[in-house]
Amino acid sequence: MDLMEYQAKELFARHGVPVTLGRVIEDAADAAEAARALGGRVVVKAQVKTGGRGKAGGVKLAATPDEAQAKAAEILGMNIKGHTVQRVLLAPAADIAQEYYFSFLVDRANREYLCIASTEGGVEIEEVAHTNPDAIAKVRIDPATGVDEAKAAEIVTAAGFPAEAATVVQRLWDVFIAEDASLVEVNPLVKLGDGSLEALDGKVTLDDNAAYRHPHHTGFDDKAAGDPLEAEAHAKGLNYVKLDGSVGIIGNGAGLVMSTLDVVAYAGSPYGVKPANFLDIGGGASAEVMANGLGIILSDPQVRSVFVNVFGGITACDAVSNGIVQALALLGNQADKPLVVRLDGNNVEEGRKILAKANHPLVTVVDTMDGAAARAAELAA
Amino acid sequence: MAIFLTEKSRVVVQGMTGSEGQKHTSRMLAAGTNVVGGVTPGKGGQSVDFARRSIPVYGSCADAVKAADADVSVVFVPPRFTHGAVIEAVDAGIPLVVVITEGVPVHDTAAFFAHAQANGTRVIGPNCPGIISPGRSNAGIIPADIAGPGRIGLVSKSGTLTYQMMYELRDFGFSTAIGIGGDPIIGTTHIDALRAFQDDPDTDAIVMIGEIGGDAEERAAAFIKENVTKPVVGYVAGFTAPEGKTMGHAGAIVSGSSGTAAAKQEALEAAGVRVGKTPTETADLLRTALSPTHQPA
Repeated sequence: MDLMEYQAKELFARHGVPVTLGRVIEDAADAAEAARALGGRVVVKAQVKTGGRGKAGGVKLAATPDEAQAKAAEILGMNIKGHTVQRVLLAPAADIAQEYYFSFLVDRANREYLCIASTEGGVEIEEVAHTNPDAIAKVRIDPATGVDEAKAAEIVTAAGFPAEAATVVQRLWDVFIAEDASLVEVNPLVKLGDGSLEALDGKVTLDDNAAYRHPHHTGFDDKAAGDPLEAEAHAKGLNYVKLDGSVGIIGNGAGLVMSTLDVVAYAGSPYGVKPANFLDIGGGASAEVMANGLGIILSDPQVRSVFVNVFGGITACDAVSNGIVQALALLGNQADKPLVVRLDGNNVEEGRKILAKANHPLVTVVDTMDGAAARAAELAA
Repeated sequence: MAIFLTEKSRVVVQGMTGSEGQKHTSRMLAAGTNVVGGVTPGKGGQSVDFARRSIPVYGSCADAVKAADADVSVVFVPPRFTHGAVIEAVDAGIPLVVVITEGVPVHDTAAFFAHAQANGTRVIGPNCPGIISPGRSNAGIIPADIAGPGRIGLVSKSGTLTYQMMYELRDFGFSTAIGIGGDPIIGTTHIDALRAFQDDPDTDAIVMIGEIGGDAEERAAAFIKENVTKPVVGYVAGFTAPEGKTMGHAGAIVSGSSGTAAAKQEALEAAGVRVGKTPTETADLLRTALSPTHQPA
């Protein structure tokens, strides 16, 4: 789960990383009063889970409370890379002497951790990597030893940060480990006019797999911001991602479902037909899960056909077919789009027989994945 | 020969007394795997009855190694106990640990992988279907009846795409098929498997399946170019995945412009690997790549 800036700062504060929390508002009418409480001169910042807010006009300085209200009104409702701004953070304008970039992340290639730090903060790090790669320090971190005092000192030296930044580095490491984050990024980390350090921004990605260790993280989950179908699917425990095409997809296994989306997009390209969603119903594929999945997909008004693509590995195809038949019975009139079903693997003959016998008017069985994708794409064209 | 897992492997199942562990131990035994024991803390001295055999349960991996010479562990314990289970297997000196468990926190994986590496243990997974050397041994949950023994090596991030590809090429059969898992940190990479397949005299050609996220496929492509002389065909899933969304596997995410399927395909093709548009087309490419004299098993 990606956190918004104000949420990241809450976590930072919990671990002693210097931050100013500011005020979060959802209604521009509250901006003037909030700005006054913060001292008048504030920065109004869009709270969205994507980078490049500044470039998109989602971060604005306001000299007075009235101006803060006007800027908040401008930013609220703005669309930044597909994310609608539903709240803004008002923070006191800081007296910045120097801007740094800092992050801890999971290094997939080396299967350990990596610290990236630069004295060129406040701009996108990818840009610095391009224009001035020597200004970026990369320090590998062994998961067995982590970041102790000596490692923190090594990091600030490599980065060219002032020595006192080592404490902040250790506290950010605490955030990274104790909160089970896979990314902790501060851009910019600033030195203020008085010489003190502060995290002026924060980007944190929490590891969903570790959610069981952090009951307090559930409060960060911003259900209202997501797609309503995604929220409904997640409430039912389904692994669903909404896309913008017209062929609904159900399959078992993340890799096979990703592959199914691609094969449908490939087959649909002559007609401009694309997949409508990702939905992995997992190994079990029971009738109930199938019905829940079909229910979600059929309630997507963009869907014109559905492709059910199952490889019977551990689950036998006859069980999957029974699941489809029962799901259609459960859904009744709600099932009103054509379904193309492709089954292969364990007990496939039996599975196809069950579907043939049920002879549901909406269901077409196609033997191969590529053939079924082509049929589903045609039906949605 | 086969890679990592052979008929000589002596397999112990951590979590064998749980429902998943029991179900899959039964399947592994049916596939001919030499399962020498289970490990469940506190249940040492018990045994579990399967169709043809009774399998002893040990209280620790160390006991299983001492009493039964176990040299492979398959881990079926829940996510919160996985870190401890792997550390225990490594400390017992087991050289191959196959972690099936899905949902392991990435910091736990980073920690147990570092420990395994320091002690010379190979980890496969987590969040993977395991490894099968058909006709010899099966450590994990790959259905043994999809395809028999043969001379193709398969390495894949995805479980169901492993099954799909084995099914597509069931007329040829496999030396070893290995599902390495789709988590951000995995114990065995495409490169590890490619190197082993290249060195395996019983593997003639290799299928590698990747997916969005990270740059493992790009690095594998560079490795192939330098080190692999056997024919390799590839498949990459996730061309239609949107940026910033996790597609089922914890590691399957396009971040900004990195980790895209297109970049992976390009890197593989630049290394001389033919990449199929669909799993079926990929299987056809493999058939073409094998010499005309090479007949299905």
